[in-house]
Amino acid sequence: MAEALPANAVLQLAGLKKSYLSGDSELEVLHGIDLTLQRGEFAALIGPSGSGKSTLLNLIGLLDRPSAGQLFIDGVETSTLAEAEITRLRGQRIGFVFQHHLLIPAFTALENVMMPLLIDRGRPDAAMRARAAELLAGVGLSERADYPASKLSGGQQQRVAIARALAMRPSLVLADEPTGNLDTHTADDIFALLREVNQREQTTFLIVTHDPRLAGRCDRIVELVDGDIVSDRPNPAHQPAG
Amino acid sequence: MHPWLPFEWIAATRFLREGRTQSLLIIVGVGVGVSVIVFMSALLSGLQSNLVKRTLSSQAHLVLLPPEEIARPQFGEGQALVQKQAQRLRSIDQWQALRGRLEKLPEIAAISPVASGPAFAVRGDANKSINLIGIEPANYVRVIELDQKMVGGELRVNAGEALIGIELARDLGATLGDKLRINASNGASDTLTIVGLFDLGNKAANARNVYVGLRTAQSLLDLVGGVSSIDLALHDMYQAEALSQRLNAETGLIADSWIKTNAQFFTALTSQRISSNVIRFFIGLSVAFGIASVLVVSVVQRSREIGILRAMGASRGQVLRTFLLQGGIVGLLGSLLGSALAWSFLALWRTLAVNADGTPMFMIEVEPGLVLIAAAGATLVGVLAALMPARRAASLDPVVAIRG
Repeated sequence: MAEALPANAVLQLAGLKKSYLSGDSELEVLHGIDLTLQRGEFAALIGPSGSGKSTLLNLIGLLDRPSAGQLFIDGVETSTLAEAEITRLRGQRIGFVFQHHLLIPAFTALENVMMPLLIDRGRPDAAMRARAAELLAGVGLSERADYPASKLSGGQQQRVAIARALAMRPSLVLADEPTGNLDTHTADDIFALLREVNQREQTTFLIVTHDPRLAGRCDRIVELVDGDIVSDRPNPAHQPAG
Repeated sequence: MHPWLPFEWIAATRFLREGRTQSLLIIVGVGVGVSVIVFMSALLSGLQSNLVKRTLSSQAHLVLLPPEEIARPQFGEGQALVQKQAQRLRSIDQWQALRGRLEKLPEIAAISPVASGPAFAVRGDANKSINLIGIEPANYVRVIELDQKMVGGELRVNAGEALIGIELARDLGATLGDKLRINASNGASDTLTIVGLFDLGNKAANARNVYVGLRTAQSLLDLVGGVSSIDLALHDMYQAEALSQRLNAETGLIADSWIKTNAQFFTALTSQRISSNVIRFFIGLSVAFGIASVLVVSVVQRSREIGILRAMGASRGQVLRTFLLQGGIVGLLGSLLGSALAWSFLALWRTLAVNADGTPMFMIEVEPGLVLIAAAGATLVGVLAALMPARRAASLDPVVAIRG
């Protein structure tokens, strides 16, 4: 399965391991993960607490470096890259949606969406602003564009965070419990929005969740237990339309 | 978001604006520190230049005198008992040539040859011991501002004319237009007309100094064609001691600088300057610690935001610069506030520290240069103070920072 359509692979993990020093002994959290995500996939990563989900997500998000194994983003092998190149690759290819929506409160909703573009290009310009406005419209928040991020409701903040994650047209969006902090109704809305972006832009999503209800609505479910993938299956209930 | 501002500037100013109370407090703190430094510097330089002006108003920066005459026995060095020779009034050897050489030195602002010696001023029954000073007025006033000290008549010393101090005028009961007889110790004498009265601000000088033309003094003192000293004014008066040692080595003449003749006064000036520098240094240090502590807190408070910025692709350098800029901006704004405060203090000072007649005791000004130096210095201190917190921010692990 990992060999299928490698040209379309947004993410490819081969024998990925991560260990931490715990006292004198080394503690291996991930024991050699193999995983491939194709363009346009909408996958859930599930597993109990302490299974290594967050560690894996940090590695895939290039926020942390693996102890062993290979990690390809859009075919680029990342283990040999220098820190500055990793940072650039992360900024350009990966979008993050966090559980605690983590906007920068000193900026407005629109400016938060612009932020990845601003960081990448150094200075703001009209095109950036237009792109951010378009993204905000896409998540239904045009009229809140000039609100300070801190004045938005939880659901609105998460919508802004999603718009921000898409600003750089990333190959892969990583969502860590994206609805964990929201009530059921808002959670459904946010999930629907992610799904819509996935369908419209063919953006690849990897969603970490505890919520079986949410996982059940993804196309593919990867289950991690004690640092190993114990099951990786298409979700029959939700096969992609194509 | 201004289109021309780079990311770091936008983030730095937004962070400062968001932490409004903290930013305001530390800017005021920096401002108070800077205002004390600026105010103190202005006060001190005003005070010093005023002191220097008052103390040295009747002294040249540097005076060249003929070398002392030494009695040397013809034989038996060390065996004969040699009495120290009395010093007679002598001219500086070849002073005209020396003057030509001095004129070429860039440090020297003015050269005034002087023929001076003891004499008596006689009028009626009064007979006063005086110091007869022969000058070229045009040159002399550039070394000692005699023209500023005239209280009557005019500064003019043609043949047969003299200027006397107000104290001597009182002693002799003489005034402008009166005749005065001058008896030199060698028996020569002349009768002069008083054409000017001066007040050098020093009672002894006002009672003893009598200014006459160089030629008049030369003939009375038996120094025809000669001068007993050459008075110099320098562009930078604090160079006087260095120059005096050089001139002494080059010419063999005695070169007395105002620094040496007023050694205690100069020591007082120097120690005042040193103590004010120490105070300035410690104020700068406490300002730096203030800025650093505020930024350390800010880094801790913003660690999640820093983490998210890093996740979005912000480099360590961008985070570092964002926080360095905050330090610099706080320093700059604080220094502007501080200069404004210092200016108000000085305005207040001017209205409070006045003489009985309402004129200021002495002039103090905030020079624009001082404000610029304060601004540059405070900005630099701000950036340096931000170095530690900024490096901490830049080295935050995004994973840890985002988890909080």
